[in-house]
Amino acid sequence: MKTANKTVTATQLVKDALKKAEFFKDYNVFISLNEEAALKRAAEIDERIARGENVGRLAGVPFAAKDNYLVKGTKTTAASHILEPFEAPLNATIIDQLEAEGAIMIGKVNLDSFAHGSSTENSYFGPTLNAVDKTRVAGGSSGGSAVAVALDVVEFTTGSDTGGSIRQPASFNGIYGLKPTYGATSRYGVISMASSLDTDGFLAKSAEDLDLLMSICAHRDEKDLTTLPDFYETSEAKKVQKIGVVKEFDSDVVDPEIRACLKEKCEELKKSGHEIVEIDMPTLKYALAVYYIIQPAEVTSNLSRYDGIRYGFRSENSADLDSLYGNTRNEGFMKENKRRIMIGNFVLSSGFYDAYFLKAAKARTLIIEEYNKAFEKCDVLLTPVSPNPAFKLGEKVGDPIAMYIEDLMSVSINLAGIPGIAIPAGKTKSGLPIGLQILGPRRSDKTIINFAKELA
Amino acid sequence: MKYIPTIGIECHVQLCTKTKLFSEVDNDARGKEPNSCVSPVDYALPGMLPRLNGEAIKFAIRAGRAMNCKINAYSRFDRKHYFYPDSPKGYQITQFYHPIIGEGYVELPSGTKVRIEHAHLEGDAGKLTHSDTYSLVDLNRVDTPLIEIVSMPDIHSAADARDYTKELWRLMTYAKVTFGDLYNGNMRFDVNVSLAEEGATELGTRTETKNLNSFRSVERAIEFEIKRQTKLLEKGEKIRQETRGWNDATGESTPQRSKEEAKDYRYMPEPDLPPINLSQEFIDTESAKLPLMPADYRKKFAGLIPTETIEVLLDYPVLVEKLAEVDEKYTKRIANLFSSVLLAEENASLLNDDMPSKAQLEKLADMLDKNELSSTGGKEVFIKFFDKEMHFKDTETIAKELGVVQENDAGALEAIVDAVLAKPETQKAQEDYRNGEQKVIGFLVGQVMKESHGKANPSAVQEILKNKLS
Repeated sequence: MKTANKTVTATQLVKDALKKAEFFKDYNVFISLNEEAALKRAAEIDERIARGENVGRLAGVPFAAKDNYLVKGTKTTAASHILEPFEAPLNATIIDQLEAEGAIMIGKVNLDSFAHGSSTENSYFGPTLNAVDKTRVAGGSSGGSAVAVALDVVEFTTGSDTGGSIRQPASFNGIYGLKPTYGATSRYGVISMASSLDTDGFLAKSAEDLDLLMSICAHRDEKDLTTLPDFYETSEAKKVQKIGVVKEFDSDVVDPEIRACLKEKCEELKKSGHEIVEIDMPTLKYALAVYYIIQPAEVTSNLSRYDGIRYGFRSENSADLDSLYGNTRNEGFMKENKRRIMIGNFVLSSGFYDAYFLKAAKARTLIIEEYNKAFEKCDVLLTPVSPNPAFKLGEKVGDPIAMYIEDLMSVSINLAGIPGIAIPAGKTKSGLPIGLQILGPRRSDKTIINFAKELA
Repeated sequence: MKYIPTIGIECHVQLCTKTKLFSEVDNDARGKEPNSCVSPVDYALPGMLPRLNGEAIKFAIRAGRAMNCKINAYSRFDRKHYFYPDSPKGYQITQFYHPIIGEGYVELPSGTKVRIEHAHLEGDAGKLTHSDTYSLVDLNRVDTPLIEIVSMPDIHSAADARDYTKELWRLMTYAKVTFGDLYNGNMRFDVNVSLAEEGATELGTRTETKNLNSFRSVERAIEFEIKRQTKLLEKGEKIRQETRGWNDATGESTPQRSKEEAKDYRYMPEPDLPPINLSQEFIDTESAKLPLMPADYRKKFAGLIPTETIEVLLDYPVLVEKLAEVDEKYTKRIANLFSSVLLAEENASLLNDDMPSKAQLEKLADMLDKNELSSTGGKEVFIKFFDKEMHFKDTETIAKELGVVQENDAGALEAIVDAVLAKPETQKAQEDYRNGEQKVIGFLVGQVMKESHGKANPSAVQEILKNKLS
């Protein structure tokens, strides 16, 4: 990563990034820019560098934060109307960790409202355009994060991944995206989508950069009791020998060019002395169904706090408390938010809880066990990220099920809590990026990042 | 037809932990500005996650042990969803599926045992104040730790219900898990009442009267409900399963919500908090920290003080704890001072947490025993103990300053007696006494007391006089 020093100043790096952000404005990447504060911070960092201080491993490196990260003094909208006026009074832990190493947050980037979606088309502020083909979607929900890196506005961005939201947009735009082990990084200060699935990670141009970001941010945080004791820096990358491919993912649902890309990669690996193992994972066919029960249940719960009482948007002219709640939430949430709130309430309601939520929770345990078994047979799994490359804007907006199928190969990773890294693996004939993901057991983040470096 | 009432009680106890259940904000909002004890977590800002206050776990263990309950090694939190401005998150974090406190029982002074079904930890809600045109929201109380104690339907009279709630109050205050201030809602009760015909095997339809905040209102609300249900049943009408609200001023409850209107709380495991796993060692260590309970004190004081006095004093943990400190040979005297002086209405203002020291009390009892103080003088000294300036003075000094120490020295007393007997105005009385008019001794004692400025011990003086005049 290009850090600031006495000749290349942080101020220059920040100005360049802001200039590029302006230049690529029509991609609709940024929801808000943090120009003034970023330049002020850059000047401070330059002063410290001039004094000969060690500013940190990310000295003066500009980055952008997905707009569901709380950054003190910035609007944090989650790309929603209901949080449109909300200004964060404090920093997410990850923001604190990055800033402590000298990084500079230059702006907040677009996402599907509350991270609900796979194309960034559900944003209240309109879709972000694909970095390679402006007629196509950026992917989602971290669409803005992916395009900001792909267009080289910044070297890295923060993202959040509940069912593929880092990996899929990374692969749609030909960059790297890491979903760490659940609990490796802190969720504190990142607007919750589905707490037991949410994992906060990064999008960057290389596996090396992701490695550095993880050594900075993968720490136990007392403010997030679901974080794990520190393991990243002390863990050893395992030498990857056996690579598993999931038999169930080699199906007609997946675009032939993506299947061909994976096969080609496997041939290369065989040539370089690796062993390819085909693995049967029959339970994975339930992953999408399980995910679309557990996720909306937690979504509906986590969105309950947005009621117009204490902060954010409040609908005027409501006659009583019930209509204040109803109008505020009806006007403040996007269609997809409301769809998930309704599904979530349904699966949690008394009489349906056992049949849906509880059953899904049990199936989730089976999926976890299936991954455990798979990793007895191989060191890592190599799979497609999504069934297809970036699709056309508007193509799936009217068909929520088609949109959910986008998550087919990404959601089981979140259900199992294991880490996954999306890597650029090739291009379609028409020039669209194809991504593959490397998956490993829990706490194998270093191994999969290291293997991604090998494959680069 | 005779109907047997069956009563189950849910009791919410606010725990007096230093910080809140899920944040590091001050949990003691007494006398503080509204919304001044609220963290971003309590306020439910986006992206905030609950932390768990370990002290609350320890308190729950003590509370559970006070009720002879099993402490569950595994417990977990759940979310209970509802929309209301007193609930910033839109859900309450509670323990619906796996509570920390398991089965146990509470024994009432009458000997009746009320079984505890379970008790769980949860966060309290905020407070709303309604006006005609607006409502005010105070979130100071949000996520104050609560334990909700759920009894089995083992109670069959309003009086037993009152005794049960009172005993719970005693257990919780002696366990030191709550300030126990009922007026400020530190403990609140919901009562479930149903009636069944005598001999019936099934319970009747129950109603729940919510948010009672005194033992007396528990008793009255149940009496009201028993009468109301009896009347309906006698008319052949059915009881509606509903929630009722009690009005202390009118002495009546009114329906709030029927079963059909009951909310669906859509419980869900709390994904932001890992389950609580307690080792047996930890449970044992914390259980051992349970202070003496009312039952222990009853046993301890049995035979030393009358049972009625024990029961009166048990309402005042500071007194009982102090009493337990002093030497047993003084227990009765001090218990007496507590119950007859300190708890007398005119001295109500004296009682606070600033108690006299063990040494002060023991010396006072000793001086009374030795007649160095009259009972009146003793009371004066005792009352003086509660004067802030007296906290570090010893009993004798206080007694001397008050001038109430009695003269017991035989030689000194004899000298005063002799002086009085030498006075011309006592000659007639001396003569009368020798002639058999015994009651004039009182006059002579009075003269000696006067001469000693009230410091002589009157009974000692009488003895000396009798000897001299015989």
